[in-house]
Amino acid sequence: MKARIKFRKYGVMRFIGHLDVMRFFQKAMRRAGIPIAFTGGYSPHMIMSFAQPLGVGITSDGEYLDIELREAIDSEEAIRRLNEVMVEGIDVVDFCRIPDDKKSSGMTIVAAAEYRAVLLESAKSADITKPFPDSWQMKLEEFMKRENIVVLKSTKRSEKEVDIKPMIYQMCLKKDGICLFLAAGSEQNLKPDLVIGAFLKFINEEPNGVPFHYHRVDVYARQPEGTEHVCQSSKNIILEGKQHTFIPLSELKII
Amino acid sequence: MRKLALNDEILLKIEKPARYIGNEVNSVMKDPSKVDIRFAMCFPDVYEIGMSHLGIQILYDMFNRREDVWCERVYSPWFDLDQEMRKENIPLFALESQDPIKEFDFLGITIQYEMCYTNILQILDLSEIPLYSRDRDDSVPIVIGGGPCVTNPEPLADFFDLFYIGEGETVYGELFDAYKENQRNGGSRREFLEKAAEIEGIYVPAFYDVTYKEDGTIASFAPMNPHAKARIQKQVVRELTDTCYPQAPVVPFIKVTQDRVVLEIQRGCIRGCRFCQAGMLYRPTRERDVEILKQYAYRMLRSTGHEEISLSSLSSSDYSQLKELVTFLIHEFKEEGINICLPSLRIDAFSLEVMGKVQDVRKSSLTFAPEAGSQRMRDVINKGLTEEMILSGAGQAFEGGWNKVKLYFMLGLPTETEEDMKEIPRLADKIARRYYEIPKDKRNGKCQITTSTSFFIPKPFTPFQWAKMYTNDEYIARAAIVKHEFSEQLNRKSLKYHWHDAEVTVLEGVFARGDRKLSDVILEAYRLGCLFDSWTESFDNEKWMKAFENTGIDIGFYNLRERDVHEIFPWDFIDIGVTKDFLYQEWQKALQGETTPNCRMSCSGCGASRYKGGVCIESKN
Repeated sequence: MKARIKFRKYGVMRFIGHLDVMRFFQKAMRRAGIPIAFTGGYSPHMIMSFAQPLGVGITSDGEYLDIELREAIDSEEAIRRLNEVMVEGIDVVDFCRIPDDKKSSGMTIVAAAEYRAVLLESAKSADITKPFPDSWQMKLEEFMKRENIVVLKSTKRSEKEVDIKPMIYQMCLKKDGICLFLAAGSEQNLKPDLVIGAFLKFINEEPNGVPFHYHRVDVYARQPEGTEHVCQSSKNIILEGKQHTFIPLSELKII
Repeated sequence: MRKLALNDEILLKIEKPARYIGNEVNSVMKDPSKVDIRFAMCFPDVYEIGMSHLGIQILYDMFNRREDVWCERVYSPWFDLDQEMRKENIPLFALESQDPIKEFDFLGITIQYEMCYTNILQILDLSEIPLYSRDRDDSVPIVIGGGPCVTNPEPLADFFDLFYIGEGETVYGELFDAYKENQRNGGSRREFLEKAAEIEGIYVPAFYDVTYKEDGTIASFAPMNPHAKARIQKQVVRELTDTCYPQAPVVPFIKVTQDRVVLEIQRGCIRGCRFCQAGMLYRPTRERDVEILKQYAYRMLRSTGHEEISLSSLSSSDYSQLKELVTFLIHEFKEEGINICLPSLRIDAFSLEVMGKVQDVRKSSLTFAPEAGSQRMRDVINKGLTEEMILSGAGQAFEGGWNKVKLYFMLGLPTETEEDMKEIPRLADKIARRYYEIPKDKRNGKCQITTSTSFFIPKPFTPFQWAKMYTNDEYIARAAIVKHEFSEQLNRKSLKYHWHDAEVTVLEGVFARGDRKLSDVILEAYRLGCLFDSWTESFDNEKWMKAFENTGIDIGFYNLRERDVHEIFPWDFIDIGVTKDFLYQEWQKALQGETTPNCRMSCSGCGASRYKGGVCIESKN
């Protein structure tokens, strides 16, 4: 039996990296007495996988991990028990059953992530934001009209030029920040700072001189083909003339 | 939401920001306006090391049980943050409240090893507390030192207001009450120190006068303030089971050295190895009740969520209820995927049986610490281990499926000859031979015998406190003899040899048995940029040598001299229970190669029985 946990990450916890958040949840499962399943062998470990790593410094309202359970547990009860052993800066908001098959796992189905980027007074604090210059509205439209957006993407081993345009599903200016809907997952993955960096370069700003804070709103999967799943938080995106529907991972559950 | 002392820009720039943000599970938050005493507890090394220390977790828990005290933690900022803090003038802060240390009532520093002395100065410096205690006024915290190194606090005497000598569980309450009373009466810093000096186990170094002979040794050491005692009684908990123990220790976000539940099963050791300071300091050996330990194990695993539990003691095999405890742990927790660590076990049928249950035999290695290669040398150090015992233990292990063995030895022990050194590789080879006696089809490929040697450092309050050390070159020459002898062994391909650096050994030797004159060297080394000296990557011997040169202090005086029976040692004013007469008698027996039975075999009258606890009263019950 498998379950998906959705949690929020905010406050000082944004300085805790992905691997340490994994360790945190492993210990939290024991503290909360969640009947999680283990692998066999001499050093058994918990069967647990995170959908999509979150970079240090970024806050989020939509983080996911899937776990395998030894026995059923009531969702409300699980949420309550987990929140009793959390720290300030991590809240469990959902715990639901998901299909057992491999292809339903969070890690496999992640296709997109939504971010909000806000402009900061100073890199010293993510709490003090400032409004965007008026000119940005038009510049952003121009930026998105370009055929391709080539950036230098550096990985641990190498640097290469990549056209990120096809991975930007949506980018628009809203009152509370720049809204980004970006490709995510194991096949292609785009980080929000790379997009904002390219935009700043486009408008002739030095990226390091313009501080931003990033917030992940949610993580999405493609609507499974042939299903008529309707939910309020789903997103319809037109890509190359074709409509694609994305739904938050928390909606793909067994009810 | 919690406010942090460091801004986002710094936190995102430095390595592992989790070291500095607090907020960990089980960390204690209080309202500062509702407490009388704010205590900053410091381990002067990086977070991952400091968080692994059991003593701090015990005191943190004990202090915070008091409603009038809020104890918080502080560790050494790593080089990257150190630099930022100096650049931006950010004062050092405590993890919980993120408030500056300088606003606290106490800064308590645990001193676990000599090579953290420059880090102590960094802590004071970044906290904006004057380095010398004589320069401090009423506005800064009382700086208090504790831990094993304060059994000779003299090299640090100028930097501390007071030292707590012995086990922390006994007189902190009295000290806090004296502080509160002094605050209520509007008393000064000096008035508090005078009151503190009257409490057992508390040493206020500024209240003592030391004079020296022409040869540099101490002529007299005496209190010059009527409140100070001539002798300081080391503090010892009589009944260990009755003391408090943290049921919900703080759980770090990042991986630390000791990332597990630690269960202290006993304190002290009955063995009486002559090189071992802990073996003398923590006398008498005292056990914790096994039923209580079972409860602790359960509660601590539950409250932390750790996936591993480790037993802690100087010699677990001597714990009388070991079998019951280990059986309980395996039975109760193995199914839940909890790892069980059993360090410091003697290799015998029982330990092999349980180790076979808790670890993968093929992957793990067994550890022996014969400490010396020849039987003569093992008798000198009173190790109480014969070659026959080692070979039979190894043989049983090999037959149980193990094929990796680690061996630990010391070089530079008193009376050591070339023959003694050569016996180290020979013993390793005998162990390998024992392995190859097993028929080919029944053994698991080749064996791997890894030998490590470190250089012996005489410590205060051990029978070897009179012994001389050697120069850096001499140490390296001894390691070379061992290395050469390894290449002569039959099974040399199955033997590996590592030795520790000797530069640090020389410095540790100086500070272990040093006097008050050494504070100048420590300060000079810090000024020259020495920091994190216990880290190989940052240890800079050249700077240290320069510091000795600049201050005119001679290493030879501290290390190369065999001390005379009449010499007054800098630490003689401390009474640890074990008498100087007993230690000297043991020193003489060592030189003759005579052994002394362990505490359970028979009492040798060391003096620790005055504490009326543990093994000293076992047979009399």
